[in-house]
Amino acid sequence: MADITSCGHAGTLESSDVLIHIEPSQDIEINLISSVEELYGDDIKALVLEVLEKMNIKAVKVDINDKGALDYVIKARLQTAILRALEDGDKPDWSLL
Amino acid sequence: MSEKKVYKKFIKDIQEEQRSEKICQSIEEAIKKSGLKDGMTISFHHAFRGGDKVLNLVMDIIAKMGFKDLTLASSSLASVHDELITHIKNKVVTNIYTSGLRSALGEAISYGLLDKPVQIHSHGGRVHLLQSGELQIDVAFIGVPSIDRFGNASGYKGRSRCGSLGYAMSDAQYAKYVIALSESLEPYPNMPASISQDQVDSIVLVEEVGDPSKIGEGATRMTTNPKELLLARRTARVIEHSGLFKNGYSLQTGTGGASLATTIFLSERMEEKNIKASFGLGGITGTMVYMLKRGLIDKLLDVQSFDEFAAKSLGENPNHIEISANEYANPSSKGAAIKQLDVVVLSALEIDINFNVNVITGSKGLLRGASGGHSDTAAEAKLAIIVAPLTRGRIPTVRSRVNAIVTPGESVDVYVSDQGIAVHPRNVELKKRLIKAGLTIVDIEDLHKRAIAICGQPQKIKHTDKVVAQIRYRDGSVIDEIKQLVK
Repeated sequence: MADITSCGHAGTLESSDVLIHIEPSQDIEINLISSVEELYGDDIKALVLEVLEKMNIKAVKVDINDKGALDYVIKARLQTAILRALEDGDKPDWSLL
Repeated sequence: MSEKKVYKKFIKDIQEEQRSEKICQSIEEAIKKSGLKDGMTISFHHAFRGGDKVLNLVMDIIAKMGFKDLTLASSSLASVHDELITHIKNKVVTNIYTSGLRSALGEAISYGLLDKPVQIHSHGGRVHLLQSGELQIDVAFIGVPSIDRFGNASGYKGRSRCGSLGYAMSDAQYAKYVIALSESLEPYPNMPASISQDQVDSIVLVEEVGDPSKIGEGATRMTTNPKELLLARRTARVIEHSGLFKNGYSLQTGTGGASLATTIFLSERMEEKNIKASFGLGGITGTMVYMLKRGLIDKLLDVQSFDEFAAKSLGENPNHIEISANEYANPSSKGAAIKQLDVVVLSALEIDINFNVNVITGSKGLLRGASGGHSDTAAEAKLAIIVAPLTRGRIPTVRSRVNAIVTPGESVDVYVSDQGIAVHPRNVELKKRLIKAGLTIVDIEDLHKRAIAICGQPQKIKHTDKVVAQIRYRDGSVIDEIKQLVK
């Protein structure tokens, strides 16, 4: 399991992008603000959980400010934020991603 | 046989003041004279759109005078009319007829602010409702840029020119009592007049009736958005190869980036091929005026001037002609210009796999649009083209079923998206022509699949059983209902 010991963020607040900020936490906590929350809120949360699972992250706080980003954008921004927060030796198994 | 009246002698004594007796000193005075009572119907017109200053002013006075339970029939409502929320809460207004609903007012009504469902009508459908008697206007409040003491009013003179008074003309024709509000008193006779002396009961002079700079509200800006330019270029090509693109054809385009740009691209093709249009119809923009001046269009039939160029041209150019909503689009009119129209370019918030179009509710189901002339023109034009990007951000435009039907699919001919053009299956010949011209024709079901593949399947919008709006088709029938949103 990879431990999140520091903060990381990725993305922007531009339309069709997403700004993701992560920080250490005791368990998994997702805070979502989205311009398409009524239509895709559940999908976005499910996607975040899927990415965390694949990266073997069991505890992290994820703040998402989404401006209508498509799934692959959200996925890439979240992965990047996590990589930026990981220790150097803690790189993920790319083949799983 | 009824008894005939016996002639009675009278004393002729005409005072100069009598010639100005329609002029009231205040709005209150005019309302008192009108005989307005609780439960009656009042109307307004929307020529000033977002720049209207009359509706809020009058509604505040009506509320202060203590009237309740009124039906408000405005030809449309803009974001500037959010103040109505207070009057609805206080039961001053308990029923609404309009073409459009937007911003905070649209949102509040979507969540059930009004007990009775709002009646959403098209521009032509409103006149039909007036004619059929369902909508009986007791008092019409008509803001006009210029007027004389006897009530002759026009929109192309004065300080705040809005141009065409097309919607007000039909209201003035059917209302039992007409109060004209104006900011500029011209010497009698202020003719040619759009609203005539024999239609006006009272006149009130106010500081300002509207701000013409807010009529367009950005709707008439030329786009630089590459996606919109692509849509416009494609739409122009569809028209060019539709079989209708020949000398004397006629055209209506709406506002909005892609629609305006289509007009520009089409102008280029018309110049190259030496084709002239017989008339341009509907809401008129500066772009259409430019075509008139260049000789690419013979006449403009203007029910609503969308910018200052259109308003100015209406007053100056004899080939730029003001028409009423009845002459424009009423299905039961003896002659609505749309029945002579070849091509119309329309927008959509949503379109579905049966080509039904929604222009009234946004992606989250909130009332935030207008029926306008959409269903009227789509039904009567030989070629009704819907132009909209396949997706807007993460929101798919193409749906399995639109949230609310304003224009039924059977009146739509072509949908132009940035990822292919769909032709209604009824138009076999047109489809062949467009394919021959090298355009990418796809099934609308495929466009739907593509949109969902990109965006994902959106969650269902949650509604209660309460109906907050009924969408009236142009013939007065109910084509769809909008249910209250769950907070």
